[in-house]
Amino acid sequence: MAPSLEEPTQVDFDAPLKAAPKLVAPEPEHCPGPESQAAGTADSCAGCPNQAICASAPKGPDPDIPLITARLSSITHKLLVLSGKGGVGKSTFSTMLAHGFASNPDHTVGVMDTDICGPSIPKMMGVEDESIHVTGEGMEPVWVTGNLGVMSVQFMLPNRDDAVIWRGAKKNGLIKKFLMEVAWGELDFLVVDTPPGTSDEHLSVNSYLKGAGVDGAVLVTTPQEVSLLDVRKEIDFCRKAGIRIIGIVENMSGFVCPGCKHESQIFRASTGGARKLALEEGIPFLGAVPLDPRIGMACDFGESFLDAFPDSPACVAIRGVVRRVAKEMGIAGDVLGES
Amino acid sequence: MPLENIQNIVLVLSGKGGVGKSSITTQLALTLSLQGHSVGVLDIDLTGPSIPRFFGIEEKKVRQAPGGWIPVPVHDAQTLAPQARYTAKDIGALSCMSLGFILASRGDAVIWRGPKKTAMVRQFLTDVLWPPLDFLLIDTPPGTSDEHISLLETLLKQTSLPSAPPNQLAGAVVVTTPQAISISDVKKELNFCKKTGIRVLGVVENMAGFVCPNCSECTNVFSKGGGEVMASDFEVPFLGSVPIDPAFVMLIEEGARPVYPKGTVVEGREVGSERVADANGTANANGAAKELLVDKYRDCSLFPLFDGIVGRLVADVHSRN
Repeated sequence: MAPSLEEPTQVDFDAPLKAAPKLVAPEPEHCPGPESQAAGTADSCAGCPNQAICASAPKGPDPDIPLITARLSSITHKLLVLSGKGGVGKSTFSTMLAHGFASNPDHTVGVMDTDICGPSIPKMMGVEDESIHVTGEGMEPVWVTGNLGVMSVQFMLPNRDDAVIWRGAKKNGLIKKFLMEVAWGELDFLVVDTPPGTSDEHLSVNSYLKGAGVDGAVLVTTPQEVSLLDVRKEIDFCRKAGIRIIGIVENMSGFVCPGCKHESQIFRASTGGARKLALEEGIPFLGAVPLDPRIGMACDFGESFLDAFPDSPACVAIRGVVRRVAKEMGIAGDVLGES
Repeated sequence: MPLENIQNIVLVLSGKGGVGKSSITTQLALTLSLQGHSVGVLDIDLTGPSIPRFFGIEEKKVRQAPGGWIPVPVHDAQTLAPQARYTAKDIGALSCMSLGFILASRGDAVIWRGPKKTAMVRQFLTDVLWPPLDFLLIDTPPGTSDEHISLLETLLKQTSLPSAPPNQLAGAVVVTTPQAISISDVKKELNFCKKTGIRVLGVVENMAGFVCPNCSECTNVFSKGGGEVMASDFEVPFLGSVPIDPAFVMLIEEGARPVYPKGTVVEGREVGSERVADANGTANANGAAKELLVDKYRDCSLFPLFDGIVGRLVADVHSRN
């Protein structure tokens, strides 16, 4: 008999989280999670030094969730940027989306970076060396422009190359702190950038934001099957967690040689790419953004690609995608404020 | 202890996702095998396992034996038949283990919190019945979190047992792409290695440049040189720059034997051939399916590069044993 994981989802998405108790020892293997309803009573809790603490902690929903909901009630639209695969351009796309929304002076936009181990947003926004100010209101986000604010773990590191070697539970704590204590003020859009995978960060963002309401998730992929394979898993995750999928963006789609203008498919869509996946899964296809070396350069220097090269084909494609995202979210009028 | 018959364990790490950890792991494994070593590949990326896809063995399943799991064989030790450009060659056995082999459906998401991942990583390290191996390559997910902490805790404990071969945990190969965004994450990974005392065998810079198949102009799609600068900053060896080769992507995605326009020279070796692929490189996708991946890989322009990288790695690892 081949071993098989018939039911890989072991998580109850609808279970209300209760507040995590203070533990005396690290969580053991197969720990149901100190926030879960089964804490202290599951089979795997036998012999755990935390068992009594978990079992006696107050049951019922996490009292912090209403606080998060209240804190985020001043934000009109909340958007997740997800991808099962790493390095497909989640952060790049989050940055572009934020710059796109913020190009309309009537909008105020926030970006929250939940990638704790590999935060890229501060560098892409050109605010890597900033740190956070705490006021009576809470933590003040770092403002890139007058109407574009950013929050990331990077701002809290004493040395910017330090590795954040944290297990899941600790990462969840920080995400919760970000959601509870950051003083975003009145925002039209909050873009939440996530790390690759389907694990702690994703589950936490989902359960903490459930009360506040999320407009949906934008999935980012590259055209090749190795990446689509992981994105399928992310679609499965969204479906199981009840997150609405706004659509899928294909990044790094085709490369035009600057020398001879010949277009090559560097990451070849041998299985039809994101367009076919979107069709199969019945989700909107938001557009394809070509690979342009200048996007990477703009990110490295922390500039807005949309401002630096407004006429490039990639920029035109990105604007199209931003408009499409706004349309799928049901926002009337031109979101870029150009007409 | 199942890890006892493994001579050397090499980790493939990167702080950043999508830089080509699995791609580099695959090529290191194929090259090690071509150099006659027996190789195992362990994929501990639980939420996004790519190794089954890279080796073209997605439909395979792991078998259960008394005492543990039997890894999925890619090919056995054998002699490759001589060909136009190559003489006959003895290659080592290659087998893989990944969570992808255990999932019921390839689209299923594995939605696990940390402790569950910890348990799975530990099970992969203790319950897999590897055949005697010269090298075990461990492909990791991006970041420095649960999987990495569990992997190192378990490995450091196991490899310090008196029954383990000396210097069993050889060290880590760190993969990056050249642009600054990736470098800043990978620096975190190097600091992780420093903190945990893992020796860095070297840095590989992946996706450094793309040669246009039409005009042969090399474009640095993700800039260039960042990996080498970082390696010298951290005083670790720089193993080499690996360009983007669409023919390698084709080899993985469709099983097509790589072909290049005549006159293509890599590392002083002619890799071009008379049979020129069309613009999309689909010249000989048919009929190539039953040939071994490792055999076809010898025709890839990246093989000479990896031959050099692996040669230096093996010499380095052996000089310390």
